Order: sequence, then C-alpha cells, then structure tokens
Amino acid sequence: MDTILEIKKLSKHFADFTSVDGIDFSVEEGGFFSILGPSGCGKTTLLRMISGFEEESEGEILIRGKSMKGVPPEQRPVNIVFQSLALFPMMNVKENVAFGLKRKKLQKNVIDHKVAQMLGRVGLSGFERKKVTELSGGQRQRVAIARSLVMEPSILLLDEPLGALDRKLREHMKIELKLLQKELGTTFIYITHDQSEALVMSDKIAVMNKGRFEQVDTPRELYKNPKTAFVASFVGESNRFEIIHKEGDVLTTKGQWKLTKSGLDFTPVVLYIRPEAFILSPTEERKDISVFEVTIKTVLFDGANTKLSTFAQGSDDEILISLPQNAHFEDLCEGDTIQVGVHQDDLKCYEEE
Amino acid sequence: MQQKKRFNTTFWLLIVPVLLWLVVLIVLPHLDLLISSFQVKNSAGENVFSLNNYLAFFNNDIYWGTFLKTAGYAVFVTLLAFVISFPVAFYLTKVISKKYAGLLVLLLLIPLWVGELVTVYGWMILLGDHGVINHFLLFLGMIDKPINMLYTDLSMVIGLLYMSMLFMVVPIMTTLESLDDAYIEAASDLGAGKWTIFTKIIIPYSMPGIISGAIIVFMLVIGDFLAPDILGGKHSLWFTEQIYSKFLQTFNWGEGAAFGFLLLFLSSAIVWLALKLSGQKLEKVGS
Repeated sequence: MDTILEIKKLSKHFADFTSVDGIDFSVEEGGFFSILGPSGCGKTTLLRMISGFEEESEGEILIRGKSMKGVPPEQRPVNIVFQSLALFPMMNVKENVAFGLKRKKLQKNVIDHKVAQMLGRVGLSGFERKKVTELSGGQRQRVAIARSLVMEPSILLLDEPLGALDRKLREHMKIELKLLQKELGTTFIYITHDQSEALVMSDKIAVMNKGRFEQVDTPRELYKNPKTAFVASFVGESNRFEIIHKEGDVLTTKGQWKLTKSGLDFTPVVLYIRPEAFILSPTEERKDISVFEVTIKTVLFDGANTKLSTFAQGSDDEILISLPQNAHFEDLCEGDTIQVGVHQDDLKCYEEE
Repeated sequence: MQQKKRFNTTFWLLIVPVLLWLVVLIVLPHLDLLISSFQVKNSAGENVFSLNNYLAFFNNDIYWGTFLKTAGYAVFVTLLAFVISFPVAFYLTKVISKKYAGLLVLLLLIPLWVGELVTVYGWMILLGDHGVINHFLLFLGMIDKPINMLYTDLSMVIGLLYMSMLFMVVPIMTTLESLDDAYIEAASDLGAGKWTIFTKIIIPYSMPGIISGAIIVFMLVIGDFLAPDILGGKHSLWFTEQIYSKFLQTFNWGEGAAFGFLLLFLSSAIVWLALKLSGQKLEKVGS
C-alpha cells in the first residue's frame, strides 16, 4: 500500500518544554492509525502540526510525498474532527456540512448533492434543517465527521472525538467509526488516551509518551509484546512488580515473590504480567510454567471481567488474576487457597521503567 | 398548610417591593402623563379630551422633521459605535491575555465614573476653537485658523458616541467570550480565509450581543439630552430638546407628554424593526 503521510524527525519546542521530540513515522493509505498516550504526552500538538495549526520547530511533514512546510491549514488536504466537535451553533446541520464546500465555490446543486449523500452515509438523512443544538451527542458526532469527510480529505484527523460522550454511546460509536472508516476507505488518524478505543478501532497504534513514540504496532502485537515498560502499563491491564534481585533464572520481587524466567541477558527492574496470563489449577505438567499457591483476598465481581485479588504464599505482592468464566471456579471465595501457573513467556521484563 | 403559609409570606415580601417600584415609580407617572397627553384646555380653562397634542406632531414638520433627524443620527451613532466597539471587544477577549484585559476594561469604564456632564465638558475643552486639538494642529502648522468643531453635528456625534460606546463593547465581549476558538480553527480547516471566518462565523455568532448592544446604544442616544444640548449647539436640534422646551419653556405639558410617548413608541418601533430585520429574538438578545 502507498504511504500517505510521512513524518520525519518532527519536533515542537515551546518556551519551557519540548512537546514533540523528534518523531518519525509513516501512515499507509486507507488505514486507521491511532496515537495513544496519556494527557500531556504531545499527541494533540502532533495532530495540530499535521493539520497546520501549529508550526513545527524541526522536521518535516509530507502528505502524498508533498512537503507541508508553510502550507496554511485551509490549504492542506487534511480535515480535523475537533475534541469539542466545534459545530457552528448558528447554522443547521446542512449549513454545517456545506460550509467547506461553499468555500470551494462549488455549484449549489453539486453542494446539495454531496451534502445529501454524506448525510445519508452517516445515517442522518432528513436532519438537514435541524439545529445542531437539537441533536443528541452521537448525532452531533456524526455531523462533525460528515462535515470533515464531505471535503474528501486525504487524511481525516480525529482529536479524541468520543471523549465527551457517555460510556454506552462511546462503546457504540467506537464500532460505528471503525465500520465507517472501512466503508469509506479514508485514512483516519485518531488521537486518544483511551486504550480500549485505540485497540478496538485501529489497524496500527503508536503509543506516545513524553513527546516520543514508544512503540508503533498492530493492536495485537502491542498487547501481546509490549516493547517498553510504559507500553506494558498503559495498554491493557497488568500486574506490576518491582524486581530487586536476580540469581540465575530466578527473579525476586520487592514483595519476596520468586519467579523463574530463562534466557534473560539483562537484569530487569520491573516485571509485568497480564491478569489473564495466569492459569488456575494447571492440571498437567506443562513446560516453562512456574506454579505457585495464592490466597484469595477478595473476589472483584464484574461479569465477564471478574478478577481475583490474591497474594502469593510467603509474599506481600498483590496479584490480580482473571477468573475464567466457567462453572469450575464459581465457588471460589475469600480466604481460599488455589494453585496458579504462569508461562514464562508471559513474564514481561524491562530494564528500565 | 404551614408550608404553604410560609411560602406566601416570603412570596409577598419579595413581590411587594417590586410591585411598589413598578406602580409608584413607573406606572403611575406614566399614566398621569398619558392622560395629560390626551387633554387640552378649552376656552373655559377646563381639561377636555383631545388628540390635538398628537396631531401637533404630525401637522408641524419641524417636530417630525426633528424626530426623523434624531432617529437618523441615533441609527448612525449606533452603527459607528458597532464599527468601533467590535474590534475593541474582539481585541479584549481574543487577542490579549485575560490579565491585561481586566485592566483595559477598567480604563474603558472611567468615563462612566466621572459622569456624562464632566465628559461632555471634557470634549468642549478638546474641540473648542481655542481647544486642545485646534491648538495642536495650529502648532504643527497643519491649519492656519481654527477649525470649527464645537457646536456642530460632529461634536454632538462624538459626545453621543463617547457616552454610549461602552454599552456596545460589554455585550459583544460577553458573547465573544463564549466563542470557542475551535470554531475559528474548524472554519479555517474547512478552507475559510480570514474574511470569511469573520463574516460567516464571528459576526453571526456574536449577533445576539451586537443587537443587544445596539438596542441599548440606540435608546441611550435617542433619549439623550446633555450631549446634543451642550455639544450640538443651535443647529443640532434633538427631539428630547423639543420635549424639554414643551415642558419647561412653553409649559405645554400636554404636548410635552404626547411627544414623550411618541418618542417611546417610535423608538420602540425602530428597535422592533431592527430585531425583525436581523432575525433575532428579544428573549435571546436579553439574556
């Protein structure tokens, strides 16, 4: 596939700090690319540089091979869906969507046709004359997307557009956005601090921290093989243990829990294990599995996400373990002791925080 | 029952001052004026019902001519006030930091603290034949004899503008403060240049503020007496001066009252028309 966006050594320095620190990446045409990071990591600045609202201090942005240096926002082949949506309150739905087309000085019947078609695509046919203030959160969302997409941008930039929605609607819009992107084939660059949004929707995710990309990968790889401690802690849920001692293959945590991991050529300081990596009552003797006993402190019931808060015997490290949803473990309760195994590939060790 | 009674006491405590204010200070005097506007003295010196006071306005072209001129100037001053105030309000809300904006708004308020009479005299000092501006221009050699600025329509417009402009700045500032910068960025992202952003986004968004400012300025100006009387001189006849002379010079209270009501209704009609033309609603503008 063709590369649509190429970023080379892009930096943005403000008076007292560096927001974006020498980032290199490229995005393929037609993909759903997410930039995931905590607030203040520089992801919004990065997006604003791509859209042209912020000027880069160093580096280059190329869209379809063309440098965007000095090109003002109104002339870039990108459109942005703002966090606040920024629907013009004094205009109705149709006027909002037609705003950009009118600036292109298209003929009225062409504009009408395009607006009607786009509103149909986002499922808002018949809403033309509605005021934007009369719409629900999800509908406003779709108007904002339609308003940008009708411009047929090379890239659609989305700045946490689901942030203001309530949880249920957000879950729904996640799927809807992904389907819309698949259907339209427009390249989406999506900015979020919500790892679940990024994992569900994206073809590729860049995890951003302190102005740099920690890892750029598919959602599955990012989840399975986080390359840095930050990615391991930020993407998905993880148990975190500090390592204070390594002797041969045996690692000792701060809470005096001993685990075996072979093939390590460095001394790790921190270790992450996903709650679902633990195998409850491992029956057969599988290879490379550390088996130990844990005592259940509490059962954190949450339907399919139910977890056990436990302690390994002889240690004070709290361990969260996902409870498999089958009848076999239904009776587990506080104070029970249970055998637990973990494969050594699921022990993610890092040299630095 | 207890609850209901307590509610009633509070209700009356709150409503009585309002009603007293409205009835004693507003409704009664106006009723009295309204009655006297429909009365003339007959040959026996008794008050009888008549429309003559109102007819006097329409039959004498000096009167309605003055009214038209007054209304025309009021509209003109309102437009000028908008043209000057909008950039000021925009600058104070969107360009400089909040810290300095507060200080500058305070400076704008100073003319209000000293009162209209003092500012009007201030303008006399500035605009007079031997005033500051003429003195300065003569000193620079740009003119050889003083320009006559005081006691003209120009000085009157300056005075009216000066005392009313702030009432345009403040409502526009209030609406601009709520204007999310993202609207401007979104418009720019969709291909709009600076002028389009200004005419299609910023102006329509601040329309409620502009209209409410315009109503206040228009009403203040059309009902003003000091600036036209002192700065305007003999040729700048203002409608309020007509009313003044009816009451206090010719002691024709009936006609004075009728003219007062005509001013009220005609200026209200102009405001109503402006609201209709701009597509704004009074409730929205008032909030």
